[in-house]
Amino acid sequence: MSENLTEIIENLVGKFGGQTIEFAGETSVILPAEKITVAARVIHDEFGFDLLSALTAVDYWPQEDPRFHMVYRFTSIPRHLMLTVRVPVPAVEASVPTIETVYHNANWKEREVFDLFGIKFEGHSDLRRILMPHDWEGHPLRKDYPLGYEEPQFSFNFDEIDVRKPYAKNGRGE
Amino acid sequence: MGLEQKLGNMGVVTARLEDLVNWSRTNAMWPMLFGLACCAIEMMSAQAANYDMSRFGMELMRPSPRQSDLMIVAGRVSRKMAPVVRRLYDQMPDPKWVIAMGDCASCGGVFNNYAIVQGVDEVVPVDVYVAGCPPRPEALIHGVVTLHEKVRREKMKDWA
Amino acid sequence: MAQIEEVTLDGMTHLVSDRALQGETMLLNMGPQHPSTHGVLRLLLELDGETVLNAIPDIGFLHTGVEKNMEAKTYQKAEVMSDRLDYMNPVGNNLAYCLAVEKLVGLDVPVRAQALRVILAELQRIASHLVWLGTSALDLAAMSNFMYCFREREMILDILELVSGQRMMTTYIRPGGIWRDVPVEFEAAVRDFIKIIPGRIDEYESLLSKNPLFIDRTAGIGKISAEDAVNWGLTGGTLRGSGVNYDVRKFAPYSGYEQYDFEVPLRTEGDVRARYFVRIEEMRQSIRIIQQAMDKLPMGPVRSNNYKFVPPPRSEIGTSMEALIHHFKLWTEGFDAPKGAIYSAVESPRGELGVYLESDGGPKPFRVHFRTPSFDNLQVLPVLTKGFLVADLVAIIGSIDIVLGDIDR
Repeated sequence: MSENLTEIIENLVGKFGGQTIEFAGETSVILPAEKITVAARVIHDEFGFDLLSALTAVDYWPQEDPRFHMVYRFTSIPRHLMLTVRVPVPAVEASVPTIETVYHNANWKEREVFDLFGIKFEGHSDLRRILMPHDWEGHPLRKDYPLGYEEPQFSFNFDEIDVRKPYAKNGRGE
Repeated sequence: MGLEQKLGNMGVVTARLEDLVNWSRTNAMWPMLFGLACCAIEMMSAQAANYDMSRFGMELMRPSPRQSDLMIVAGRVSRKMAPVVRRLYDQMPDPKWVIAMGDCASCGGVFNNYAIVQGVDEVVPVDVYVAGCPPRPEALIHGVVTLHEKVRREKMKDWA
Repeated sequence: MAQIEEVTLDGMTHLVSDRALQGETMLLNMGPQHPSTHGVLRLLLELDGETVLNAIPDIGFLHTGVEKNMEAKTYQKAEVMSDRLDYMNPVGNNLAYCLAVEKLVGLDVPVRAQALRVILAELQRIASHLVWLGTSALDLAAMSNFMYCFREREMILDILELVSGQRMMTTYIRPGGIWRDVPVEFEAAVRDFIKIIPGRIDEYESLLSKNPLFIDRTAGIGKISAEDAVNWGLTGGTLRGSGVNYDVRKFAPYSGYEQYDFEVPLRTEGDVRARYFVRIEEMRQSIRIIQQAMDKLPMGPVRSNNYKFVPPPRSEIGTSMEALIHHFKLWTEGFDAPKGAIYSAVESPRGELGVYLESDGGPKPFRVHFRTPSFDNLQVLPVLTKGFLVADLVAIIGSIDIVLGDIDR
């Protein structure tokens, strides 16, 4: 199984230029952002990876260039192989071409990455927020977005927090 | 036995109006089907055959807020869902009560972050809090019985 | 004074056809609170009479921010949050997270722990399928099935409570093995259960499988072909109902699954009825796996003895200095994972549950992403329901087997 994968990885690196990383017995490929749609088409048609298992992003703030890494995980059911592809994305004008035309389930996955990270996808048919409310400001999974941690009420600070906490009113005649 | 002895010759029973109305309200309190997350599964288990909640008058769960008296907020309330919870609460006719089931509805639970409302009492006024993650069906039934006792003690001047 | 707010389309105007905006077809909001949506799911339906022209899902009402919250906790403490994602399958979520941590760190799990993990994961699969059967049959108005399924589920929850003390969110499977060994009554309880359950599954089938009402409501509804299914990223029972043989337990076996002999049920029609049969058969195969695992259950330790990552047993803390120091370090700081990223997948009752875990060398996960099966399975809903009636929509949502905690994380 891994011999086939090494050939595929060498082929991809040769066609599109990039590097490989090895960790825990698995090799992943780093490809440049502009070529990801063409690469996805090649991976789907030529190498037979028919299922897009996962699509996500990682934020490396405060490192500016690249700030994000997109991570794609492809699975080939007939050939019994799995491949990870990483795409570096810069901080300013963070945008990546979409692979929605090749794999249909990338539609919602890319919307989720846009919602939580703010990375735009060129050519996406319907790019809007999916998990947060539609008028939310900010992108929560970025490292410079605060967690929103609220101080827990213990017995020693119960009264102070009780005064500040916004309890609901009944709404009748107030 | 019991009631017929007190009826006497004329078949008349005297009682306080408060007792009568409170008794009738507790014995047929219909909850609204409002399960959000994991606690909803324990609420369904409490409704099913092993820990039968219809012994306590909660035979049906009505999906429509206009036809229910009790809202059991079972599960975590996210910021996107909070206006919906408030709107459903406003649609329920008086008298209405709220049970906050589980840790997430009572105080935010395990999740102390940007996405979860820290306690549903920031959105609707709560009568009984049931702790647990998720609370056992018996704990939920204990919460319901506690609510019944609270309703039994209501005074006429506080009625809706 | 209650404010009357105008109900807007919330930014979805471009997805709704012109006929709807002019009033020719009807826009109906199947809102977050609905008895048949199996959770807080909002669907914006465009209806022409009773026929569904388009069903646009709006999710995010249960978004919990688990991925960001896990970045603020150590690896052991973050596991507690993984239970509560797909709340029908907490044991499976724990298993997925622990396998990912073990792969990242390079930890070996003893064979007895692997066998016990398999038994509990398969019990959880049966429990999840029982709830699926009960609630989706309830949507089609078969109410007695709901009561029967929950009666069997109570037996499984009793076994989980015997083993870990908690009915649902057990956190029994920890990185390096399991929390502690099973008590003596475990074997008798599991064997009693697997003696009773095949007869009960036959009972449910006798109520539904050949019932003409059930057949009318499920045959030919919500079809999808095998290629489309793979391209839309479906996994699990939804995919196997269309004939594609993809089960992570056979594709990339974990936790000793390669030693057990079981089949992956497949059907080719691709409609609601095919998925129903696939899941019923999966329950029977799970019973087979549990039987084999109980017969072959090896003796031995249940936790790895690499005390840099796994806490030592409490009995040693009183006598051994190193055990005390390891315990102290693990509880105050946590263990440091090597720098790198991995992806590891398990087969949850809904499909492929994958965990992408990246570490920057510290004690807290740098990035955790859960590839949840219901997220992709729900995406295909507009394609499946085009042209069917509203009553069929309910049957289709039931057959996809979604859990909103899985989708919204």
